[in-house]
Amino acid sequence: MIKIFKTSKNVILNIDEYFDNIELGILNFKEGVNNYLEGNISEFENNLNIVKKQEEVADAIIRKIENDFYVHSLMPNYSSDILNLLEKTDDIIDKIKDNLSQFDVEDPYFPEDIKNDFARLVSLSVESAENVIPAARVFFTAPSLVKDKLQKVIFYERETEKLAIKIKRTLFKEMPFLKLSEKIHLRYFTLHVEQVAEASKVVAKMLSSLVIKIKM
Amino acid sequence: MFFFFLSSGLFLGWSLGANDAANIFGSAVGSRMVKFSVAVVVASIFVVLGAVLQGSGASLTLGKLGSVDAIGGAFTVALCAGFTVFWMTRLKLPVSTSQAIIGAIIGWNFYSGNVTDVVVLGKIVSTWVAGPILGAIFAVLMYKLLKFILAKSKIHLIKLDAHLKYALLIIGGFGAFSLGANNVANVVGVFIPSVPDIQLDFGFFIFDSVQLLFLIGGISIAMGIVTYSKKVMMTVGNDLMKLSAEAALVIVLAHAMVLFIFSSSSLSNAIQSLGLPAIPLVPVSSSQAIVGAIMGIGLLKGGRGIKFNVLGRISVGWITTPVIAGIVSFMSLFFMDNVFKLQVYDTTNTALKSMKSEFNSFPKPTDISVNVNLFQPLLYTIIIILTIVIIVLALKLTNKTLKSKDEESSDISRKYKAQEAFLKTELAKANTENAELEKEIDFKRKEQMSIALNIIQKNRFLEKLRTKIDKIIEKSDTDQVELSKLKKLIVENLSVDKDRQRFNIYINELNRDFYFRLLNRYPNLTENEQRLCALVRLNLSSKDMASILNISTKSVEVNRHRLRKKMHLKREDNLTELISKL
Repeated sequence: MIKIFKTSKNVILNIDEYFDNIELGILNFKEGVNNYLEGNISEFENNLNIVKKQEEVADAIIRKIENDFYVHSLMPNYSSDILNLLEKTDDIIDKIKDNLSQFDVEDPYFPEDIKNDFARLVSLSVESAENVIPAARVFFTAPSLVKDKLQKVIFYERETEKLAIKIKRTLFKEMPFLKLSEKIHLRYFTLHVEQVAEASKVVAKMLSSLVIKIKM
Repeated sequence: MFFFFLSSGLFLGWSLGANDAANIFGSAVGSRMVKFSVAVVVASIFVVLGAVLQGSGASLTLGKLGSVDAIGGAFTVALCAGFTVFWMTRLKLPVSTSQAIIGAIIGWNFYSGNVTDVVVLGKIVSTWVAGPILGAIFAVLMYKLLKFILAKSKIHLIKLDAHLKYALLIIGGFGAFSLGANNVANVVGVFIPSVPDIQLDFGFFIFDSVQLLFLIGGISIAMGIVTYSKKVMMTVGNDLMKLSAEAALVIVLAHAMVLFIFSSSSLSNAIQSLGLPAIPLVPVSSSQAIVGAIMGIGLLKGGRGIKFNVLGRISVGWITTPVIAGIVSFMSLFFMDNVFKLQVYDTTNTALKSMKSEFNSFPKPTDISVNVNLFQPLLYTIIIILTIVIIVLALKLTNKTLKSKDEESSDISRKYKAQEAFLKTELAKANTENAELEKEIDFKRKEQMSIALNIIQKNRFLEKLRTKIDKIIEKSDTDQVELSKLKKLIVENLSVDKDRQRFNIYINELNRDFYFRLLNRYPNLTENEQRLCALVRLNLSSKDMASILNISTKSVEVNRHRLRKKMHLKREDNLTELISKL
């Protein structure tokens, strides 16, 4: 009981640092994919390394937060929900790291005609993730404002889905010069990028249900 | 003998402490916001303080309703109230100690021929209804206020949690104080007229007999909290109030305020001084005040979670509990009086007794018959020893808790470190495997190069040999037919060569991915052109390529030109660079 204020202060700082990490990871992902599409391989590799480090740091912070929550019985009624929320937010940076690693390992070939659309797809997916982090931050200070921020997440997620379908249609119907294997390869990369927006949507849904739970 | 008769009241106090502590700390302990040990210490201290400092108000009203003037009667009344509470709880019927004791006193009035004061009874009954309603009103107002403050302050949820933990503890302390103040009258109120006149002088303060009785009553409630409340807190407390910490805080505060209002004589006097009617100081049901507060919050949230059947059961309880307690009390008094020949009421003129008891409802300090004077130094020593013991115990408890927390944290960190070490080993293993694979690839590449060089050298040697044979053929004295055969053999050996076949296999094997990418980009390339690209990728000269492909250097140059054309390369584009980037 005596140390509770000190512990809660540390946990608040850790949560902020955790979200900072994820936000930076999202930005590096966008930069990384754009660098890959432009052929700046060394810069892409730099982005990949940064994202890998940020993912490791995020994992270490979430472990610290989990430990503090359980040992000091912080928010006992909502601790599991909040830790679950943080875990789901961690999925975003995990997906981002996996995505960039797949670019690095599989080295996909992007025809010039599709590069712009793919860059836009990444941008929309990143917008969705970028908007869910402020919503998660605001949940801890003003839960009633979360709903406003979630609208954007859902919007960008839907736009990502639409554009992904368009890209897939272009790949399979308007690019006969590509081999089927190449088309399938690119379709997978479209799906991978879409998954970042999907992960953001999961966090958004969790946030909206948590807000209702907290208000009860 | 008095203490033997008091045992029924103490039993009532014990059951009250065991049951009603859950109303104060139930949700906090059940939801692990406050530790049970901390809750027990706070509740026990404050319940005793409330009983001693503010317990007299409600007791006075009970005395007005019916002053049980014989110790045997007081014992029977308390026992019957306790039995009614126990029996109705077993039958899962809503019951309140306050209502049971009122019913038992009325039963005693009937038996002893005392007249029940209808005005006082009316006041008491009105507070039973007013208690839950006030609880609901307080809860609604304070919940609104708290929500407004929280919305304005935008406090971090985790910081809020820390504040709520302390607030639950402080308000729980206030709740325990109010419970002690209001409900101690239920426990020992009926014994006041029979208490022996004793005064304890502690130096700083003097305890008169009534205060001592309240102290004992408070301790019995505290004992109930210490020994039996955990089970109730973990089950009933949690079920009753499965609410957010903010709502639980407001509910406990509203409940404490209701109990405080109906037990504080200072507050009643202050209201009277303003020209308003005095607040009746009556023991009210703690559980019903809590239920009222929960209902208030439920109504505020649009009627969700309101159990109207609970409301109905409470209303039924207002009638059934006093009636049952009254009947049981009447019958028991009859039994005690006639079977055990125990004096259950003062047989002198009851009307005169009633009047006398109004004046002497509390023993006056001037009438003290026994004055126990305790030596101040002895008391000081006891207090100092007790303080030291409490401090040492508290320090030990804190150290133990911190130690266990540290152990828990170090266990977790040890586990994480072990996991990290394991993952690092796995990573190192994967890295070693990768390095081995890299080495293998490197070795194959070198082997490929050595084969290529071997072919080149061998072909050069065969070329030289062919030139020399040509020279020998030119000389007329040699066997030209044999030499021509030899030359043919060499030429054949130049084109079909096992080394070259091996080299081609290697080229195909190592450049599988390269061929795949090349064909993706330039699907129209022939097999020979693909092979030429592979050789270009090895950065070999045209002469070396010619040697490997067994064609002339010029043919290699022509093929390179055709390749550039097929690949739509401009004059400034470098074929070798482009192919190596693929």
